[in-house]
This record gives sequence, structure tokens and C-alpha cells, in this order.
Amino acid sequence: MTLDTVKNAEATPEQEQPYRELGLKDDEYARIRDILGRRPTDAELAMYSVMWSEHCSYKSSKVHLKYFGETTTEAMRAKMLAGIGENAGVVDIGDGWAITFKVESHNHPSYVEPYQGAATGVGGIVRDILAMGARPLAVMDPLRFGPADAPDTRRVLPGIVAGVGGYGNCLGLPNIGGEVVFDASYAGNPLVNALCVGAMRVEDLHLAHASGTGNKVILYGARTGLDGIGGVSVLASETFDDTAGKRKKLPSVQVGDPFTEKVLIECSLELFREKLVVGIQDLGGAGLSCATSELASAGDGGMRVRLDRVPLRATGMTPAEVLSSESQERMCAVVRPEDVDAFMAVCAKWDVIATEIGEVTEGDRLVITWHDEVVVDVPPRTVAHEGPVYERPVRRPDDQDRLQADTPDALPQPAREELLDLVKTMAASPNLASKKWVTQQYDRYVRGGTVLAQPADSGMIRIDEDTDRGVALSTDCNGRYTRLDPYAGAQLALAEAYRNVATTGATPVAVTNCLNFGSPEDPAVMWQFEQAVRGLADGCAELGIPVTGGNVSFYNQTGATAILPTPVVGVLGVIDDVRRRIPTGIGAEAGETLLLLGETRAEFGGSEWAHVVHGHLGGLPPKVDLAREKLLAEVLVAGSRDGMLSAAHDLAEGGLAQALVETCLIGETGARVFLEGDLFTELFSESAGRVLVAVPRTEELRFTDMCTARGLPWRKVGVVDPESTSLEVQDLGQLDLAELRAAWEGTLPALFD
Amino acid sequence: MRVGVITFPGTLDDVDAARAVKHAGGEAVPLWHGDHDLRGVDAVVVPGGFSYGDYLRCGAIARFAPVMQEVVEAARGGMPVLGICNGFQILCEAHLLPGALTRNHKLHFVCRDQWLRVENNETAWTSRYDRGAEILVPLKSGEGGYQADQRTLDELEGEGRVVFRYVGENPNGSRNEIAGISSANGRVVGLMPHPEHAIDALTGPTDDGLGVFLSLLDAVVSA
Repeated sequence: MTLDTVKNAEATPEQEQPYRELGLKDDEYARIRDILGRRPTDAELAMYSVMWSEHCSYKSSKVHLKYFGETTTEAMRAKMLAGIGENAGVVDIGDGWAITFKVESHNHPSYVEPYQGAATGVGGIVRDILAMGARPLAVMDPLRFGPADAPDTRRVLPGIVAGVGGYGNCLGLPNIGGEVVFDASYAGNPLVNALCVGAMRVEDLHLAHASGTGNKVILYGARTGLDGIGGVSVLASETFDDTAGKRKKLPSVQVGDPFTEKVLIECSLELFREKLVVGIQDLGGAGLSCATSELASAGDGGMRVRLDRVPLRATGMTPAEVLSSESQERMCAVVRPEDVDAFMAVCAKWDVIATEIGEVTEGDRLVITWHDEVVVDVPPRTVAHEGPVYERPVRRPDDQDRLQADTPDALPQPAREELLDLVKTMAASPNLASKKWVTQQYDRYVRGGTVLAQPADSGMIRIDEDTDRGVALSTDCNGRYTRLDPYAGAQLALAEAYRNVATTGATPVAVTNCLNFGSPEDPAVMWQFEQAVRGLADGCAELGIPVTGGNVSFYNQTGATAILPTPVVGVLGVIDDVRRRIPTGIGAEAGETLLLLGETRAEFGGSEWAHVVHGHLGGLPPKVDLAREKLLAEVLVAGSRDGMLSAAHDLAEGGLAQALVETCLIGETGARVFLEGDLFTELFSESAGRVLVAVPRTEELRFTDMCTARGLPWRKVGVVDPESTSLEVQDLGQLDLAELRAAWEGTLPALFD
Repeated sequence: MRVGVITFPGTLDDVDAARAVKHAGGEAVPLWHGDHDLRGVDAVVVPGGFSYGDYLRCGAIARFAPVMQEVVEAARGGMPVLGICNGFQILCEAHLLPGALTRNHKLHFVCRDQWLRVENNETAWTSRYDRGAEILVPLKSGEGGYQADQRTLDELEGEGRVVFRYVGENPNGSRNEIAGISSANGRVVGLMPHPEHAIDALTGPTDDGLGVFLSLLDAVVSA
């Protein structure tokens, strides 16, 4: 096969090119020809096709995502050191520390090959964090699957969990949280989102740009192979039905090597410490195509790359394949010429392969050669930043009114004597059951900084051992709420993640997101997307905390059926002293009173009860009151700071009943509860803005006075009883904790062992 | 007390082991896998992780690292050596301890807070515990099932060289519920659970693991 050089392309303008197979539309291909003034070479076509894919270019979401920027005020931006558009957002948390965090999706690869798909999802997000100059400190994985008892869930879930654990454990990062949610809409399209958080000193922030003519471009880490070619364009941007017959030479899912990544992390951190790096970019989706074009595009010059120097692990690879390979565990650095020797020495110490593949040049062209023949000559911005932008049609789904009118009001409610059993049945239902079967496959202890991990409301890690400053993180989303009302649903996800962080005693400071939706070519999906983005952005503005980054995953559907719209929201909180953390389980102190903060209304639209008992989804989700959420968070943080709270647990899916079950079981302590009004509503309503707290009796008056003074509704709902081995609900009876534990913890092992 | 903490490529719990040494009042001395020198340390901790990725067999490559040659020699001379998790696997591969660690019987990685019984408080690493004391420390491993032939097991049991035993449900299928063992002279100890992750109740389930490092202090001072 002859090499398709730029010269060749100029000489053969009419040659047919497989652009449609690579995912490009006719007009997109025409635009590339227009930009270049000729047909693209094979290598250029490969670059444009991956970089202009939905996954890399955000072409359907860009017009909507702008809204985040428009709603972020200067005050919200004050603590932001880097935001949307960088590898990950960065926030100043005080004492000279900066935190970077981000969530990304790896949904489609994980359906095709659960273990490797999930594993490389962890690997990719960790490199994003590393590329900001930070030491990655912890991961968490929001996961969503089809029905727990579906045969395919048995194939997908154990593999994904083992992949998350296998990679993260070997990499040495504690897994401190995440979610496991089951719903039929994810049956043919599980969601595997991966979050990583890292820390650095403020002055060590690294941004991805290639500046300084003459600076060298060094590729280091693993060799480049045939794995994952076209992953982003083929997998992440189409539904599965279309692509089954179009597999490349190797599976489009990459294969991870966590050991190489661990070494890559330590090696990179040493390079940063020694100040040997000017700019850095990780290689993820779209591989070298992405890294070279983004680095060059964000810098102040052009770049020349000698692609034949890239160390390969397969023979006979073409330039197009080298450019689009998604082989894992690779980084690309820009280094001053005088630092190259020192850079290479650090890599040699860690046995990391490092190769000078090019340099920053004058001008504004990205020129790539293959054995001295030019195979790519493009303006890098047109590849990385000036891809197509679509204003996709947006239309409120035809069935939205019908869905909202189908309220849960008419559903038969349990009789009083059935309520206690229902508490147990609900606790054993897959979405509410203990996720221990999953999380005990993850190392939560490594590095010795984990202060809270699952099943706590948020994960918390200590950042500074001398000052005990730390951060808390939580991710949340209820796709049923979002289906009923995407605007409110996104705000409810934000509110819950925000509340979870505050419930452990931390002050929420920043937001990231992973927006998982169906096909953008479906106007109903685009409406959900637009509404969710607006809801989230408006919510953040009201709470006064910025969105610092995010990720969009479209085409999550099987055939014509989209998943529940799932905007996963991650909130980062800061706590001055992690020793002040509030645990989730009761019983830490003798003599505790249980208080319910917030108000309970009869809200069952999209509730877990309607789902489990009636298989019903309709009506409106619970009401959102962000001003109330803010007040609640302030009270919780004050309670933590002044040592007034001995335990706290957020009320979410399953309502007060589930919160009581969990706080007792996690704390291994019994409680007596007295409720008033309609007991069914009291126990199972999912009204937002509520937290169950345990207050030492000596602090009770001080705490309730503070709530009253600040206008936060509170109510005494019970007492902790260390002598008791049951959860007693007055007028209903007792639930033995051992039996309750068997129900709560038994579900997942019974399904997956 | 200077305690060497080895880092192989892929070692993960070296920072934690060093922190535990410091908490116990010792000085942690980093040792690199390629070193031919133990830098004058009084004892060595081989920490947990996935040395060289452990793609072959856990610890099988690490035993050949230059620094391990020095450790084996020092251990034969009576230097206290502690192997935790991957470190235990490496000490077995290096034949400083008998037996082998195999895939957990349920085939999953297991991370949990695990009760252990201290069966022998006369080793260099357990003198601060009461014999029969029960301690709660994290266990986190995928290949923690202790295996040895019957004769070796009889020997270990007969000589009191089973140092830690799992209490309650066997988490990984270890024979005789063995969590940790010692060399004949009680100077070399290996265990799968992680005492270095239980040095305070803030980041661990308890501070029960600190006793391992405090015991070493006694052993070094009295030597």
C-alpha cells in the first residue's frame, strides 16, 4: 500500500475516501476539504474524524453548554483556577492547596467489554487529573445497570465492578464512593462514569499548551498499538446496532495496564517536582490526534511531529492508525531543550519509555511526517477547537404531559399493619440494598488518607496531614426524577450531592458533571438535555458554586429507546479539619436524640416506593428549594464545626425509613422512633431538603435553638438506644437489626455470587 | 530506630508503612528496589501493593530485585523483617517464610475490616499484644489464601509460628485460618492484613495495628 502523503492527496483530488465509515457526514467532509483546500490524507481524515466525533467535539452539546459560562458570576469564579475546557477543573481550597476533579463516562466500551471498559475508564480520568499537575488521590464510580435480576446484568455488573476494582486497586487509589443504580432503561446501555480527585500546591498547576518555539514534544509511557482504534468515533458516537459489522482489526475497546499507569503517575509527579515540564496532555480518546492538536492549538505556535519515532507494539501500523490508536497509559509533554536530558533520566529511573517525537515551531501549522514525508499539514485549531457545531432540533416529548399527569396519587397505599414489613422489603430492594458486595471489591484504605468512604453520604479524604484539611465528594442523580422533569431533576441531583457533602460536615464549593443522555438526533432527548443543563446551571448560580468541568455522553440507548436522562452531578466540599467529620451511623456517643431537619410532604412521583411496589413512573418529582438546601448545609457545617452533631444521614430514595435503617445498621445501634401524621408519608415520602441527625443530649438545646433562630424546620423523631438491638417505630412495632441486616445485605450476594 | 521501607515499581502502601513507623516513634528510611544497600537500617518493612504489576505470580519478580538479596541476607543475620500483603507474598517467594498465597476462594478482591487473633506475642513484631488478643485491621487483597502442605502446617502450628489467625468467617480460604506467620526465630513476620492502615481511628477502623510497629521498637531497643 502506498503512503498517502499530502503531495499524493494534492495529486489525486478525486480519490474516494471512507469518511462515512469513520463517522463523518457529507457536509463535514466537505468542510474539511474546504479548510485544507484539497482532500485530506488518510492520516488527516483519521484525525478529523475522531476529533470531530460527538465525544471529542461536543458538537451537539456545545450550544447548550455555553449556558454554564453565561450563568457563572465573578463571585462564583473567585476560587476557580481552571474551568471548563481544561483537562479538569481546579479549585483553590485554601492553605495553598488546589483541588482538581472531574467525572467522565466510559459507557459504551463497558457494555462491549465490561472489565476492560470499566478499567480503562478509571485509567483515563486519572490521567486527566495527573495532566493538571496534581497527584491523583481518590476515585469513585457512579454505575447504572439494567434490572438487577436480568441475565445480562449478571454478565455486565460483575465484570464492570471487577474492572473498576482491578484497575483502581492496582493503581493504588482509594475508591471512596459512587453509586450503583438499577433501572430497565440501562439494560442495553449500562452507565460507567468514573470520577477522580487530585491535589496539588497552587503554584504547581499545569495546563495543556505547547509554548515556546524550539521546545521538544516528548511522548512517554506505554507503546502504541492497534487497540482502541476509532474508539471514540465508532463506540461513543453511535448506537450499537449500526456498528456491529464494522469492527476494526482489534476490538475497539482498549486494554488497561494499571501497573504502567502507577509508574507513569510517580514518574510524572517527579517530572513536575523537578520542573521539567512546560505543558502536558494525557492521551485518551483519539490518542495522539487529540494530544498533538490540542497541545498545538492551545499554545502560541505550530508543531512538527515525526510520527515514525513513536514506539509501537505492532508491526505495519499506518500513520492513520498510529494517530488514532487509543493505547492506554501514555502522556505527551512539552519540554525545554535544555531539560530533555534530565527528563529522560527521570523516565529511565522509572523504566518508562520516553521518545522525543517533535518540537514546537513557528507559525500555526501542525505538520506530521512519516519517514520524512508529510502526511498531515493542518491548522490545529480546526482539528481541536473549531469542529462542527450543531443546533439540533429540540422538542418537548409528546408523552411528557401524559407522564406528568399520571400521578402516583391513585396508587394503593399500604395499610398501617403492612408498614413495618414494607420498611424491610424496601431496604432489600436492589436500589436501596447495601452495595457492600460491590464496594468490598474496592480498596478504600490505600494511601492512608480516607476519612469517610462508602456507605457514608460522601467520601472524604485528608489532604494535609499537618493541618487535617480535607475534601468531601459526592455524586448523585435520580434518572426517574429527571425523566419526569429534566430541569427539576438536574437540580434535585445537584441538591442531593450538595446536601450529602454538607451532611458529612464539609462546605460545598464546586460542581462537576457527567451528562448521560440518549441520541442527540432525537429532538425529545435534546429537550431533556437542554432542560437539564439549564436546571443545573441555574441551580449552581442560586447556590453560588461554579461548574468547573464536565463530560457529555450521548447515544446512550438501545434501538430507539433512550436511557432515563441521567445528569450525574458531583459536588466537592472542603472541611478545615477532617477530625470534625460527621459519621453516617448512630451510636458514637452515649445518649443521642434523633432530629429530622426539613419538611416532609406527600411526594411520591418517581419515588422508590412507586417503582418497587407498583412499577410506576409518573407525576412530578419532589419540589426543589435551593435556598432551603443552602440553609440546611450551613446549619450542618456549623453543627460539625461546633461539635454538636454525632451522626447525620441524608434522606433520599426510600425516604426516612431507609435513612433510619441505614443509620442503625451502619452504626450497629438500635433506635426508638416516634412519628406523627400519616405514617406512610412520614416513612416513605422523598421530599428533598431533609437530613436525619443525631445530637448528643447535652447539645440538643443549643442545636435546636440554632435551627429555630435560622428558620430551619426541625422535629424530634426519636432517640438512639445503645441497649436495643432493634429499630422500633412507635405504634407499629420493632424490626430486629440482625434480620434487617440480612435483608439489606443479602440482596446483591444472592444475585451475583 | 531506623526502619527501611521498600518501594518497588507498583508498591502502593509504602507511604502508609512509613507513616506507621513514624507514628510509633521510628524513622522511616526509603529503600529503592534497585538498591544494593540497606542504608544501615535496623529493620525492614516490605509493604503492600502490586510489585511490577504482579502479572506473573504475586511477588515472583520482586524476590529477584537487588534490594531483596540484601534483605534475605540481613534476615538470615537476625534483622527484623515485616512483610505486609504483597510484602508477605514476596517473603514467601524469597523463601524467608514457608508456603504461598493463592487467589481468594470466592475469586473476588476483598476489602474489609477484619478481626484477627494474635496467636504468638513473642515475635519481634507482636510483643506489645497480649496473647489471644483480638484486633481489628483492614484486609484488602485478591490473593490472600494461605496455602502450605500438611507437614509445613503441622510444623508452623507445632512451633507456634502462626502469629495471626482470622476470627469469624474465613475471608479468603486460608488453611487453618492463617493470616500471618513467622520465621523459626520470630524475627521475620508476614501477614495479609494491613496493620499500617490501623494506626488511628480517623483513617482506619481502629488503632489496633500500631502495636506491630511499637513492638518493633522494643525489639530493636532491647537487641
